[in-house]
Amino acid sequence: GLFVGRLRNTGARQIPCRFVHLYHVASYRLITFQYFNFLKRMYVTQCNKDLRQRAKPKSDSVVSAFHELQQLDQEKKVVHKISSVSPVHQSWSEMSSRNELREMKSAAETEDSVIAGGAESKEDRQWKEMKLRLDDLPGILARLSKIKLTALVVSTASAGFAMAPVPFELTCFLLASLGTGLASCAANSINQFFEVPFDSNMNRTKNRPLVRGQISPLLAVCFAASCGIPGIALLTLGVNPLTGALGAFNIFLYTCCYTPLKRMSIANTWVGAVVGAIPPIMGWTAATGSLDAGALLLGGILYSWQFPHFNALSWGLREDYSRGGYCMMSVTHPGLCRRVALRHCLALIGLSTVAPVLNVTTWTFPIISLPINLYISYLGFRFYRDADRSSSRKLFFCSLWHLPMLLLVMFTCKKSVLEKEDKGELRGGSHEMAMEIRLP
Amino acid sequence: PPEESALERRLREARQEAQASNQRFWARHNRAFRQEKEEFIYSRLKAKGLEMRDESGQKATLNAEEMADFYKDFLSKNFKKRLQYNRDWYKHNFRITFLMGQVALVRALRWLRRRKKNVEQ
Repeated sequence: GLFVGRLRNTGARQIPCRFVHLYHVASYRLITFQYFNFLKRMYVTQCNKDLRQRAKPKSDSVVSAFHELQQLDQEKKVVHKISSVSPVHQSWSEMSSRNELREMKSAAETEDSVIAGGAESKEDRQWKEMKLRLDDLPGILARLSKIKLTALVVSTASAGFAMAPVPFELTCFLLASLGTGLASCAANSINQFFEVPFDSNMNRTKNRPLVRGQISPLLAVCFAASCGIPGIALLTLGVNPLTGALGAFNIFLYTCCYTPLKRMSIANTWVGAVVGAIPPIMGWTAATGSLDAGALLLGGILYSWQFPHFNALSWGLREDYSRGGYCMMSVTHPGLCRRVALRHCLALIGLSTVAPVLNVTTWTFPIISLPINLYISYLGFRFYRDADRSSSRKLFFCSLWHLPMLLLVMFTCKKSVLEKEDKGELRGGSHEMAMEIRLP
Repeated sequence: PPEESALERRLREARQEAQASNQRFWARHNRAFRQEKEEFIYSRLKAKGLEMRDESGQKATLNAEEMADFYKDFLSKNFKKRLQYNRDWYKHNFRITFLMGQVALVRALRWLRRRKKNVEQ
């Protein structure tokens, strides 16, 4: 229906004589599209008896196959079709964007196949055409790269940068944030590329772009490469090699260790926690150029935070994980799951106390952060004791606001750089070294 | 579809095969899950002395804690099968994506050649 709308709009812009021709073509398309829709619905209901969620996304991924297919055939006819159809189409052909050309080509091709096609086999009809809609592309890519999660990752990296005991440099900050964001997009895209059939089986993830066939796997990989390579290059060349190396390592850890491990052993949660802990370390190394105790402390805070966050989330998804075949603590070792969550809530208190010892913050930080840390520990304890859906939800939602608040408090309690230089501490020396490292 | 090159045919076949194998695996897997879940609920309810449906005709269910045992069992039971499927899926995925890449490259070259011809004309 959407595609028809698009053609109709095109038609409306035409001069009258062309308009008639195009409208005629458009109505052909309407019939075919609806017919295809009907078949699609049939396919879904038939499968419903055997599969539940699988059915709909399955038909969609069947649909996606045709995208390549339709593009390929009748390429010779395309040239003629371009010249005969409409001025708008011709202006499209002059545009440089390959995607648009492809879109137009398949519009032309589909018309061909509709008008000329006639009786196709039932097999072919099930390979329905999928359109790569250009206006949807930003939204699709946003979902592919899990843009909200990426934004969170970038903000933790920024927090790491901000906490570093060096004067704030805007360009470095922006480059580091951009590089981290791009790396995160790449990692998320590859993760979705690997997990298509598993995602389609779970309620939470079945609307992802690759599952629904909105884009092809090739495009996902290309997008990942086009985000990851510039991102890491930006970090390595524009910031410093250590940050670039950490970024590349994080991508590798996420895509090649965490993603396969999810299906093999519960150790994936710990690997995933490391993946979450690295961005603030990257932010810190971007600012200072070195890996010091403060970086590891920030990483440690993020690492510990991951456990209450993820364990609480996974508690409510046990059925989906079990059926989808994911090895998660909440399914196989529920007791361990709750213990670990509580343990790490308490670790957060400990880490907050260590912060002033390492000269990252003043002593006000552990004092101010104590209430929120105690609160999350209390919820962690409730989760440990009650082990039910409501306590897990409470813990999860608390973790969502706990982290930003903790980082904010940390930033406000940050030990001022001037104060340290006055004291003539070692950190001042390393600060100068850091400045040298930054200069090319 | 007519006028399909050998490469494009291989791509289509690879995709169809992956689709079929995915479908087979998941249909069987989900069916087994549902069946075993029913059996588990039935056996647990029986152990408790309840029927599948209570007086009002509502289907009796177990709470999340009791279901957790089932989920744990189900997950550990199918481990080898899942690993095998994982390997197969990764193979399929890489092959399909690689073929897509080849096809895209071929088409791009064709399009460039056509464009050059048009310009010359």
